[in-house]
Amino acid sequence: MSKERIKISEDLYDIMPSDYQDLVKSATYGKEDRGWKDIGNSKELIEQHSLCAGCPESMAFRYILASLPNPEDTVMVGSTGCTSLVFPMVAVHNIHSLFGNQNAIASGLKRALSVRFPDRVKDVVVLAGDGATVDIGLDMTLQAWFRQEKFTTICFDNELYANTGGQESGLMQKGFVAKMAPVGKLFDKVRLPEIARESGCHYVVNCTVSKPSLVEKVIRNAVHVAREIGPTYLQLYTPCILEIGKNSMEGLQEMRDSEKPTERFAYKEYISEPAKQLLAEMTAKEKERKAAAKQLAGQA
Amino acid sequence: MAETKSVIGTQNKKGQTFTDPWKMLHDAPRTPSFFTGSEVIKEAVRRASCDVMIAYPITPQSEAAALIGELFAEGYIGDYFRGESEFAVMSQCAGAAFGGARVFTTTAGPGTMRAMENFPMWAGARLPIQMIVTCRGINSPLSIQPDTLEIAYLLNTGMLVWHAETAQDFFDWILKGYMVSEEPDVHLPLALCCDGFFVTHTKDVVNLTPTDMCLPPYDPYRSPVPCMDMECPPVRMMRDPFVMKSNYISYATHASWQQEIWAAVERSRKHSIHWLNGLIDTENTDQEILIVASGTAVSQGREAIRLLEDEGVRCGLVKVKTLRPWPEEEIREATKNAKHIFVPEFNVTGWLAKEIRATIPNPHRVHAGPHVCGGMTMPPEIIVQEIKTALGMKSFSLAGRGS
Ligand SMILES: Cc1ncc(C[n+]2csc(CCOP(=O)(O)OP(=O)(O)O)c2C)c(N)n1
Ligand code: SF4
Repeated sequence: MSKERIKISEDLYDIMPSDYQDLVKSATYGKEDRGWKDIGNSKELIEQHSLCAGCPESMAFRYILASLPNPEDTVMVGSTGCTSLVFPMVAVHNIHSLFGNQNAIASGLKRALSVRFPDRVKDVVVLAGDGATVDIGLDMTLQAWFRQEKFTTICFDNELYANTGGQESGLMQKGFVAKMAPVGKLFDKVRLPEIARESGCHYVVNCTVSKPSLVEKVIRNAVHVAREIGPTYLQLYTPCILEIGKNSMEGLQEMRDSEKPTERFAYKEYISEPAKQLLAEMTAKEKERKAAAKQLAGQA
Repeated sequence: MAETKSVIGTQNKKGQTFTDPWKMLHDAPRTPSFFTGSEVIKEAVRRASCDVMIAYPITPQSEAAALIGELFAEGYIGDYFRGESEFAVMSQCAGAAFGGARVFTTTAGPGTMRAMENFPMWAGARLPIQMIVTCRGINSPLSIQPDTLEIAYLLNTGMLVWHAETAQDFFDWILKGYMVSEEPDVHLPLALCCDGFFVTHTKDVVNLTPTDMCLPPYDPYRSPVPCMDMECPPVRMMRDPFVMKSNYISYATHASWQQEIWAAVERSRKHSIHWLNGLIDTENTDQEILIVASGTAVSQGREAIRLLEDEGVRCGLVKVKTLRPWPEEEIREATKNAKHIFVPEFNVTGWLAKEIRATIPNPHRVHAGPHVCGGMTMPPEIIVQEIKTALGMKSFSLAGRGS
């Protein structure tokens, strides 16, 4: 879809909601160079949000939506949880069905889109909490990877069930005292990034969302590798400031603290051989494109 | 966006001609073929222009699901794969339907139960998925035998629920089912049920339409809710007020949407009547004694009527074809002369009898039974016995026959 398709009939223009008018005027659909730097200058594909003030999930959403390489043909799949409070305000098609079945939904969706649009690129991106991805939905998360489904899975790891009030989750750290973990969590944080690699993901990253440029890079890589090669997985630390007792200004520091080299969210990346090749080709092409654009600008 | 040009008369990549469904099902020549119910499912799907089929093994539907896999290998279906569980399969079906595909799947017994959370979601999301339910036991101790208890659970999901008696019903209703469930004013999933084994594993002569004719493809842009392919302007799946801004608005939205689902079930009535030639079939409803049944209990009822006739007892028959929409008016009309209404069922709780009792005046006329369950067969003699006992007539004790 390009901006052409979201154009409003002139007769109806003034009765359309202003957020839609803004979208038509200045959304970054169909723009090859879109990225986090557009935030603030052009219409974002996210409108407000109903998360707690300062919740890092809201930053993560903005960066991710700004970084999708192909939003005009991207469908997102969410799950029940704090993330589903944001999806109503996201200007790409998104599906919220049940809790934990997001990778199954995405499998069917991606296949249907491939059958219906064999000659077009249609990206599918899953975005769900750690409870949905690693606990109730783990079976479907893994099986989508085993089957080499060509979509990206993003887990917003806040290390607990936030939306139901802070219960223990599989990604919670060992020993953390939480609701339903009254004497502290008894087993280790599930090592899903490693499991993802072993399960057939071609691009896996574990990091925080403290740096927008980093989020942009990993999102673009993950979507392109998923499109061309096979499943990809991003685990992003989006701390639940409410449940770990931080105030709204402390989310960023919490992420910075936990991405130190010895910490749980030290940057970790795995890239399969075919994915490395693809990313190298993409980087080379991008360089060429930028050089050509520079030359053209010089001539003008 | 929506392609309005008709494809009727053009060919698909397998060389089948997209044919006007009414003409295909009513005017096209039929070839009698001797097939099992599972093979008939395959033959119907061959002609259904399905985009995606997702499978999971469970008795007694595994064979049908595997046969449809063969159709995929032959190139009749866009995509086919085995999911990891029924909950996943039904979610995968939902994903494919959200993406604008015509979707088919099959399940049975415990699989139906495991997938249950998906069905109200399918209905709420207006996904016209067709699911064959080859009923079998669901309760402990484990049983793989036919039992229609699972239908009771499907009745309140918001899905259309039809109950086929024979393999011929199956063949025709799979194709007709898409015609009803894909109507823009319906656009709901369909659970097409049959009594496992009795229909799936027995051979019968079934009249099939030509293999070189198929249904026109599904047009997802006729859906009352946008399909999720980013081909139409951005839609926020659940607009702000729905979930967040106000509990009152959220409740009101949900309440009105739930009512809309059931209104859509109601709106399917006229289409179902059109395609199925009525929601019920009747024979001799002027009689004071009636058997009202669905599924293979209808066949057993018919046989019981023949046995009763030999003894001079005349009895009418009502075959209930659709359970959702529920043929309320039709059943009231068909039972208005009846003094005794017998409802034989292949389940222990008697959900059909309960539905009928809740529908007609003077519900004490309904004799719920006989019931067989856990996979027992229902010899027509036990229906005869039930009727004679209720009428105060002398009858043999079946247990005493030594059979
Ligand atoms: C089958 C089912 N079980 C439980 C729930 C209740 N539930 C809603 S949100 C949620 C927690 C979500 O946690 P997570 O996926 O970690 O996302 P977060 O809210 O932390 O972002 C749960 C358990 C549900 N909706 N469905
Ligand atoms: S509960 Fe936690 S994760 Fe959810 S919005 Fe609030 S801070 Fe964010």
